[in-house]
Amino acid sequence: MSVLKKFREKWKPVFRPEFRKNNELEHFRDSARSGSALCVDIRGRAGSFEIETAFQAGAGVTALFGPSGAGKSTLLKMIAGTARPQSGRIVAGGRTLFDSATGTNLPPEKRGIGFVFQDARLFPHLSVRRNLTYARWAGRRPASRAFDEVMALLGLEDRLDAAPATLSGGERQRVAIGRALLADPALLLMDEPLSSLDKARRNEILPYLEAIRTEAGIPILYVSHETSEVARLADTVVLIENGRVADSGPAAAILARLGLAAGSDPDEAGVILEGRVVDTDPSYHTATIALGDDRIELTGNGFAPGMTVRLRVRAGDVAIAIAPHDRLSIRNQLPAIVAEIRRDGAFATVALGFGGQQLLARITAKSADALDLQPGGRVHALLKAVSVEMARVEKPRPALTSASSPR
Amino acid sequence: MGETELSIILLSARVAFTAILCALVPAFAVAWLLARREFPGKGVAQALVTLPLVLPPVVTGYGLLILFGSKGPLGQLFENLFGISFAFRWTGAALAAGVMAFPLLVRPIRLSLEAMDQGFGEAARTLGASRLTVFFTVTLPLALPGVIAGAVLGFAKALGEFGATITFVSNIPGETQTLSLAIYALLQSPSGDAAALRLIAIAIALALAAILASEYLARRLTAGGRV
Repeated sequence: MSVLKKFREKWKPVFRPEFRKNNELEHFRDSARSGSALCVDIRGRAGSFEIETAFQAGAGVTALFGPSGAGKSTLLKMIAGTARPQSGRIVAGGRTLFDSATGTNLPPEKRGIGFVFQDARLFPHLSVRRNLTYARWAGRRPASRAFDEVMALLGLEDRLDAAPATLSGGERQRVAIGRALLADPALLLMDEPLSSLDKARRNEILPYLEAIRTEAGIPILYVSHETSEVARLADTVVLIENGRVADSGPAAAILARLGLAAGSDPDEAGVILEGRVVDTDPSYHTATIALGDDRIELTGNGFAPGMTVRLRVRAGDVAIAIAPHDRLSIRNQLPAIVAEIRRDGAFATVALGFGGQQLLARITAKSADALDLQPGGRVHALLKAVSVEMARVEKPRPALTSASSPR
Repeated sequence: MGETELSIILLSARVAFTAILCALVPAFAVAWLLARREFPGKGVAQALVTLPLVLPPVVTGYGLLILFGSKGPLGQLFENLFGISFAFRWTGAALAAGVMAFPLLVRPIRLSLEAMDQGFGEAARTLGASRLTVFFTVTLPLALPGVIAGAVLGFAKALGEFGATITFVSNIPGETQTLSLAIYALLQSPSGDAAALRLIAIAIALALAAILASEYLARRLTAGGRV
């Protein structure tokens, strides 16, 4: 127990909102970044194939990304303690959760981990409120996070007395997230929390997840096979294939590499860019975003100059022109240099470099030939403002420092 | 209702309640083992649990007599350890009723445990609950409809048990003569028809009341968000 207590003391600044404004937290975040909050190096079995995975995860959202059946969920279970690896080590926040060498294997209830399941798993016989506070009355976890604050964060104030069966899919998942947060976790594991929802519901939940990324202040491990979710939420991506780490690094870099990788879904290929709002035009509901030295204009309300934003630009939404056009509805025309062209059948994915960042454009092979695109060639990348997804980021992400937004 | 009739009903109720109360915990344990655990000889265990349901009750009663009679090994064990004797006593009637009702208790509990998503337990563990806490806050409440269904079925069976009881503890008025045994005894005598009919009416009323009570309880307990 004393180990657990020490652990709690150490993590206190993260758990307790009142410590947030303190520098202690900033200090902690920095140390978590450099020292990494979660360290996994395990071998085990998941059904028919072997898992042999080693990765580290620091502050922010780390996405375990890869095709279905790659062993991501099993990996998460092993970290949570509901499945047992054959050998290896799992350390979270300086505390050893599993170590085959010393025979350490903490039971799930002692690991201090919050788990959000794909299917929510709300206890059907308990009210929403009793579900949310389960960790406190059944798990004896301390009430370190203010209940009302979490409810406000997730917009659940009105549904507390409802039965889980009467909730919508999105509400159910929000309760599951709140329940995990209120369990006082040092690490939050999310196993495809959006995959059981339709597209409209996903878009309803995503802003809450973004809020949690900023507010919770704990490392989040997020399992997904959806590029769009990973692009919107992840700071770091660990690519899992057949139970092994195929690649890992900052989200933007990995997703850009994935965009050109054969076999990944071409329709989902794209890049994430980070930029800064420099101007807004309320009469047209537009915002001007600085991406390095370049400027683009996008639609959206609620943005103010100085904000850092994250953009997701799908390869299919980027067109290429040899020269700028002024008699065109597309106003965002970025001068760029062709970095690489990869052909697949009728299509070609073109990597474009501009101001130290990268864009992907998916065009037809015929267009690529007609424009005579060659690596090193100067072109203009055309971005339709309406097709770019823009989300606000609270603070600059170390993973995305390539976006030169001075702060 | 005469005094003898009332004492017959009270005796039957005492026998049936004792039988179900004592059988419920072992029945839950057996149902849990059969639903959640794999062990060698599981098939045999399953057959043994179901046996009283398919065996002629007289055979079960004779088996109880051999095992739990005053000279039987288990009978002597209980006599020496707890001072409980079964031979020709109402406790024996309760034992017979409990054994006969056991398969009916196990089955609905086992079904409710098998139908339960084990992910709930997993979720509860990640929220800090120990195995024991998970059992009392998640497993047991979710299995409650099955427990109630089993208890009611078992109670009805225990109330009406005949063959094993009469073989094991005989038909002693005031001690082992439960409702069914009393009806049987009355029907044996030429002038007992009217008295037998009264007891039959009571038996039907009791059975109906038990079913209605269980339905009411099940509906109240499964209504969401009550705790």
